[in-house]
Amino acid sequence: MADLTADCAGIKSPNPFWVASGPPANTAYQVMRAFDAGWGGAVWKTIGEPIVNTTSRYGGVDLGTSRVMGFNNIELISDRPIEDNLREIAEVKKRYPRNAVVASLMVESKREAWHEIVKRTEGAGADGLELNFGCPHGMSERGMGSAVGQVPEYTKLITSWVKEVARTPVLVKLTPNISDVTYIAAAAREGGADGVSLINTINSIMGIDLDTFAPRPIVDGRSSHGGYCGPAVKPIALNMVSAVAKHPKVGLPISGIGGQDAVEFLLLGASTVQVCTAIMHYGFRMVEDMIDGLANWMDTRGFRTLADFRGKSLERVVDWGDLNLNFKVIAEIHSDKCIGCHLCYIACEDGAHQSIRLTSGMKVPEIIEERCVGCNLCMLVCPVPGCIAMKEMPTGRAPMSWRAYQEALGRGVACELPGERHAH
Amino acid sequence: MKNVAPKLEDSVYERNFADINPRLTEAQALSEAARCLFCYDAPCIAACPTAIDIPSFIKKITTGNLRGSARTIFEANILGHSCARVCPVEALCEGACVLNQEHKRPVTIGALQRVATDHVLDRGIRVLEAGSPNGRRVALVGAGPASFGCAAALARLGYACRIYERRTVPGGLNTHGIAAYKMRAPEALREVELVRSLGVEIRGGVEVGKDVTIEQLRSEANALFLGIGLGPTESLRIPGEELAGVVDALHFIDRIKNEPFRRIDVGRTVVVIGAGNTSVDAATQAKRLGAESVRVVYRRGPEDVPAYHYEYELAKSDGVVYVFHTLPVRFLGDGALTAIECVRTEVTTDEKGRRMVRAVPGSELRIPCDMAIVAVGQTKAVEWLTRHLSGLELDRGRVKIDGEGRTSLKGVYAGGDCVNGGREVVNAVAEGKAAALGIDRDLGHPRA
Repeated sequence: MADLTADCAGIKSPNPFWVASGPPANTAYQVMRAFDAGWGGAVWKTIGEPIVNTTSRYGGVDLGTSRVMGFNNIELISDRPIEDNLREIAEVKKRYPRNAVVASLMVESKREAWHEIVKRTEGAGADGLELNFGCPHGMSERGMGSAVGQVPEYTKLITSWVKEVARTPVLVKLTPNISDVTYIAAAAREGGADGVSLINTINSIMGIDLDTFAPRPIVDGRSSHGGYCGPAVKPIALNMVSAVAKHPKVGLPISGIGGQDAVEFLLLGASTVQVCTAIMHYGFRMVEDMIDGLANWMDTRGFRTLADFRGKSLERVVDWGDLNLNFKVIAEIHSDKCIGCHLCYIACEDGAHQSIRLTSGMKVPEIIEERCVGCNLCMLVCPVPGCIAMKEMPTGRAPMSWRAYQEALGRGVACELPGERHAH
Repeated sequence: MKNVAPKLEDSVYERNFADINPRLTEAQALSEAARCLFCYDAPCIAACPTAIDIPSFIKKITTGNLRGSARTIFEANILGHSCARVCPVEALCEGACVLNQEHKRPVTIGALQRVATDHVLDRGIRVLEAGSPNGRRVALVGAGPASFGCAAALARLGYACRIYERRTVPGGLNTHGIAAYKMRAPEALREVELVRSLGVEIRGGVEVGKDVTIEQLRSEANALFLGIGLGPTESLRIPGEELAGVVDALHFIDRIKNEPFRRIDVGRTVVVIGAGNTSVDAATQAKRLGAESVRVVYRRGPEDVPAYHYEYELAKSDGVVYVFHTLPVRFLGDGALTAIECVRTEVTTDEKGRRMVRAVPGSELRIPCDMAIVAVGQTKAVEWLTRHLSGLELDRGRVKIDGEGRTSLKGVYAGGDCVNGGREVVNAVAEGKAAALGIDRDLGHPRA
């Protein structure tokens, strides 16, 4: 049976699933419900000087009949007094000593303010701290949140203030609203952070009401950009997690945020995974399948601990210039599964490389193998699972990347590459 | 009639004749529309005689563009509103849906089509406009689906169209035929208004050949279109057809469609003769009007039932009992029908391999009943055609045309049941449209 115990920068939990800082981790009542449901840890909703929120606050993006493929909020940090939050943290830790309680913090950018909140929070018994340098809306206008996280110098400075007094591990939460997240991660490292968590939410406007012209979520006919999250942001989060995990100047433990597909975050180097939107959609109960699914997958693959596979995909994330140009796949249509929708045909014809032939009266389209560039598009749009697959076509040529090719050219050696091919 | 079934409560009539395919809610429509794959070169379009761009109109439902969706439908099929209700979709678009091939439920195209057309008709939104008048006139005979398909297409090209109709209420099959639980007459008339909104003039209560001659029509118009449909129900040519209680299915269905349900007498025990789609409409509606027992008598077996499969299933689920291999030979009764004398049949194969129905000697039986509804198909309008259009070529009673509706007489075009021998509303509209293209081509595409 797989051992799911997790350790992120010294913060230990019975499994790698943490409730991310946000509305589901707003009160002791919620956090205890989460732990009862099976969550290994929780990052408390950001504590700081209480704020006043707007109504409304959230927006969703649907895809067909699937609700909330993307989600955003213009909610600020906790609207509850600091002492209430700290008292409840103490209560939760007393009742659930094995589960991780991490306090998310955000105060004004003054050394004394940070020293005070760190001491008070650790005094309440938190297992670790997460510095919220990522919140992209509202708080940033007051010089906090992403206003800090978008400037490496500020990130390093405030992290170092915190580390002057902190006795528990310190995670810095990173904003994705920046050109290269590794700069901020490296700054957090320089400031002394024990780990990083990412990604925070992405700047977004959820849509416009075509009757009133008001952007969503609507507050008295107007709106503001908010933080975007949910299933739609997973690919962005995975990329940033892998970039931070691979960066030589960072080398910090990572708590991954941005989708409930935990294994993928762990394979890219995360030690724990934080979830918020899915809980807001379905409740804490969804962790049961996450725990069960992870354990079953590990048992199937023969992994005993999370360390057995953490970061296993990182070596496969490489620069484009290191990809093998002599590797070739082309599309193959399994005609027994084809239902004749011809979406592959029109996608290839109008959107790609004109490599599928449609014969009048024939149900099954035909791949023009000599034209197919192996782009995957037809496979991606095909509505029938397994109907179009990419099959490898041995080129008979040794692996050759653009970088190796350039290097060989520099040595005066011309290597064999696939010939330049054009659609027309 | 000997024994008339007791009348029902009004609420029971309404329940019995309630829409068999109720309108989708907005949420149902969105989730159903989202199931459409938006096929390229979609088989559903090919399966629609009027070639409605089905994936496009469904896509427009998913984006909330119901006005555009309805325009896509009506541009291809001016009777898209009624076709959404009365088309045999299982045999046409929905039967061709690619989801069937994955053993999934097809997209309910008919129900979605209705969402779009209801939207604009309920709100009086105009989605089609008449073309600028091009100075040409077309006269059309018969205010049914074929003439509507033809006139709508012509009106949008700028032609002045005038339809002559023998009955006072226009609409043809949609208004006078088709079971009320599929579509009520007022619904069909809403669509007639759509045709009128394009400037098409409909003259009801005018019998061509009597009140006005074909020659008059041909002289006043640049082209003449025949959409006259079929003649009356075939006669069984057996004794006793004059007895009270023996009725013609078309007449019976027309009355249900256009009179209060309460006013229509139906027998306690009913026998419907014939097993086609009209028979199903008659049998199910007799049952829904309160008949205690309804039997369908058919001279062949279940494998030969000409009704669509789902219609046959509907009749059985309404409690209609099929009596196969049975042929009526005489209606019995003294003034009013009391029974039908029948003979059992067997289906054999003759020396040329054709299947023949043969009476079994000595197998006579009597089926007691209060009402017999004759639904054995309609005659062709041969008599009218030969009397008023000498030289018009017919093929087994049907008007012969080419692919664009041209008959053997110059300037005379035709479509619908008088051409195809009796098919669906959607076929008639398609043939009317094709004839409109033929007329426009022959008149040199005049444009204002």
